[in-house]
Amino acid sequence: MKSLDSVQYLRLNKFQRAGYQISRFFTNFPSRWAARFKKLGNFFKNLFWGIVHYFQDLYKTFVHGDWKTKVSYVVMGFGSIARGQIGRGIIFLVFEIAFILYMVLFGGSYIGQLGTLGTNTSGLVWDPTLNVYVQGYGDNSFMIMLYGVLSLFFIVAFLYTWNLNIKQNRVAEEILENNKKLATSKDDLRAMVDQDFYKTLLALPLLGIVVFTILPIVFMVLVAFTNYDASHQPPAKLFTWVGFDNFAQFLQFGDSTYGYTFANILLWTLIWAFFATFTNYFLGMLVAMLINKKGIKLKKVWRTVLVFSIAIPQFVCLLYVSKMFSTDGIVNGWLAKLGWISEPLPFWTDATWARVSVIVVNIWIGIPYLMLITTGILMNIPKDLYESAKIDGASPWKQYTKITLPYMLFVTGPYLLTSFVSNINNFNVIYLLTNGDPTTIYYTSGAGQTDLLITWLFALVVDNDPNYALASVVGILVFLVVAILSLVVYNIIPSTKNEEDFQ
Amino acid sequence: MGKMEEKNLKLSPMEKLEAENQPKHRHHMGLKASRTIGNVFGYIILVLISIIWIVPFVCIFFQSFRIESSGVVNYVIPKQWGLDNYAWLFSADSDFIVWYFNTYIIALFVCVLQTLFQLSMAYVLSRFRFKSRRLLMNLMLILGMFPGFLSMIIIYYILKNMGLTGANAVPGLIIVYVASSGMGYYVSKGFFDTISKSLDEAARIDGATRAQVFFKIILPLSKPIVIYSLLTAFMAPWGDFVFARYIAFNTSSGMNVAVGMWRWLQKDMINSHYTHFCTGGVIVSIPVIVLFLLLQRYYVEGVTGGAVKG
Repeated sequence: MKSLDSVQYLRLNKFQRAGYQISRFFTNFPSRWAARFKKLGNFFKNLFWGIVHYFQDLYKTFVHGDWKTKVSYVVMGFGSIARGQIGRGIIFLVFEIAFILYMVLFGGSYIGQLGTLGTNTSGLVWDPTLNVYVQGYGDNSFMIMLYGVLSLFFIVAFLYTWNLNIKQNRVAEEILENNKKLATSKDDLRAMVDQDFYKTLLALPLLGIVVFTILPIVFMVLVAFTNYDASHQPPAKLFTWVGFDNFAQFLQFGDSTYGYTFANILLWTLIWAFFATFTNYFLGMLVAMLINKKGIKLKKVWRTVLVFSIAIPQFVCLLYVSKMFSTDGIVNGWLAKLGWISEPLPFWTDATWARVSVIVVNIWIGIPYLMLITTGILMNIPKDLYESAKIDGASPWKQYTKITLPYMLFVTGPYLLTSFVSNINNFNVIYLLTNGDPTTIYYTSGAGQTDLLITWLFALVVDNDPNYALASVVGILVFLVVAILSLVVYNIIPSTKNEEDFQ
Repeated sequence: MGKMEEKNLKLSPMEKLEAENQPKHRHHMGLKASRTIGNVFGYIILVLISIIWIVPFVCIFFQSFRIESSGVVNYVIPKQWGLDNYAWLFSADSDFIVWYFNTYIIALFVCVLQTLFQLSMAYVLSRFRFKSRRLLMNLMLILGMFPGFLSMIIIYYILKNMGLTGANAVPGLIIVYVASSGMGYYVSKGFFDTISKSLDEAARIDGATRAQVFFKIILPLSKPIVIYSLLTAFMAPWGDFVFARYIAFNTSSGMNVAVGMWRWLQKDMINSHYTHFCTGGVIVSIPVIVLFLLLQRYYVEGVTGGAVKG
């Protein structure tokens, strides 16, 4: 398909435009991938030469450097101390000593066991001197993996610091050759609140992210390749590497297999995310427009009523609503009293009822937020657009579809994506309302028909019969779903961004 | 909507005049009457909406005064009114005060520390240009796509090794909430981006350090976003019961209100504790609501800014 210039493109109607975008997407596919592979090739080429240059530099610094620099290759920070930058030098030295001590006393053995995750099972061991069985403590696979990974992190940190130490020597030598002064400890401290202030600010937040986000994620990705479950639970039992076996389980599609369960839950998760996002979006916008409407009084009161419900902790109102709609709850009580029903409606006990109910209750939760967000944006739409539209005789519906909606979609596009993703991971609403129920025999491991991937993952972890390995696989799959979705949407949005109508 | 359509909407002055001179009353009823009917219709919908949104809270409120029974019932207005439920919550029989106090401590610490972390991260990414900046932002974006529960088991063990689980869950929870909060920098960064950089430069020329610029110029200008961060950080711990439950691990003295009250609604307890749950809900909600209504303006500003920036 030939590419159109902008005038030709604007002549197309909506469907033709969409068709054109889609066909462009596919016709550009080969060339885009070719470009990507080329980029990848360049990346590896640069990487290779980068590494070669790095080692050349290391060698040169060593050969041309003075004796202080040479000693620094073994004793970190020596060069700095010898040149008078005592503060820096001591920090380097202390780090090196701490690293060596940690590795010798502790980390080294764990890294050695990472390959097997332990071989000695705990249990009763015959003690020949006492002539009785005593409790023997064997290896703990969990600890081996945890400290193994931690030690690997430490090694990376050490290599980085060592490299920094060499670089410092190189720079210091250059400065002294040019007869300039080296930074004193006082200068270093000043830099920490001035040009290097970003390092000071980032130190704690990044440390937190490494220990409480990156380390756990690396660990759990590794767990996906082990058989860590209820029957292999340390310290009593060991678990070990099983390669891709867990992933293979997700490729079987009979009744009550992981593959079948996953496929169904994924489908429902996407349906849920779609409805949860768009019902909230449009209804929230509608309510905001209604309150903004000319002639409606007490605007503040209506808004406050809605905002009220944001302030109440979700677990209170969601748990309460779930009880309200239960078989013996208030709603069924009222309906029975009015004589409209003879037996209670199965709000949470029938799969279809439950699915519709969670979406409806989610509207109740979501509208106040969307009302707040859209009110501000609606007020930003230039008023003269509406006035001229009115003069042209455009009906309110036409005004909405031609002015309001395009403007809103343009401004809130990225927000829609993020809210879609957060709905995929919307744990609270599902867990508090239905806890994933009703269950079905066609799903494995007690998964229910309103379970999202995230609540299923949670159940796999905290159940009486936890299966951490499979939970990790589910987690990785959730990540893949979210990542692919975001990537695709972000790639499509720029292709339609040439219509910068409102900028 | 294309450019052409937009052009059509913008008429020349001459055309506007013509349009205005055309008869306005196209409807039979006349403009005023149709607008009134529209408004009446609008009011009806608004009243209905208000009722739907208010009813559950009114129900919770009424149930908290029911003393003839304590299980789930299918009517709202209590047959016997009394303050017994409130008295019970504050008596020695229940751990509610412990949970409430725990949550309060957590919320206060998290609110201060998380705001510091988020603002630091946002300020750095908004104002500094360093080599690994893009890498850092992409990394945090990717990390954010992993479901958080995945790390629950391991975080539990890390905290257990530090002795911060069970009865000591409060400091443990504070660490968990705060540690990764730097990743939620987006809204504040969007705000900092809108503050002109020429302010920074002027101050730097006058001899201010980067730290002074941050604390003395940028922060005072960012009052709305600081309050927004404080408010959201304060409200979050009241509702979390996933990590809280896992880390408190069945130790009542280490629980927050959400976990403790959630347990009251489990099958084995619901018949004796349902009204207590409602009472607790009222007590938990009131301070949060008051705070929220007072600072509503800042919250709206933050949410709107965040949505537009994406």
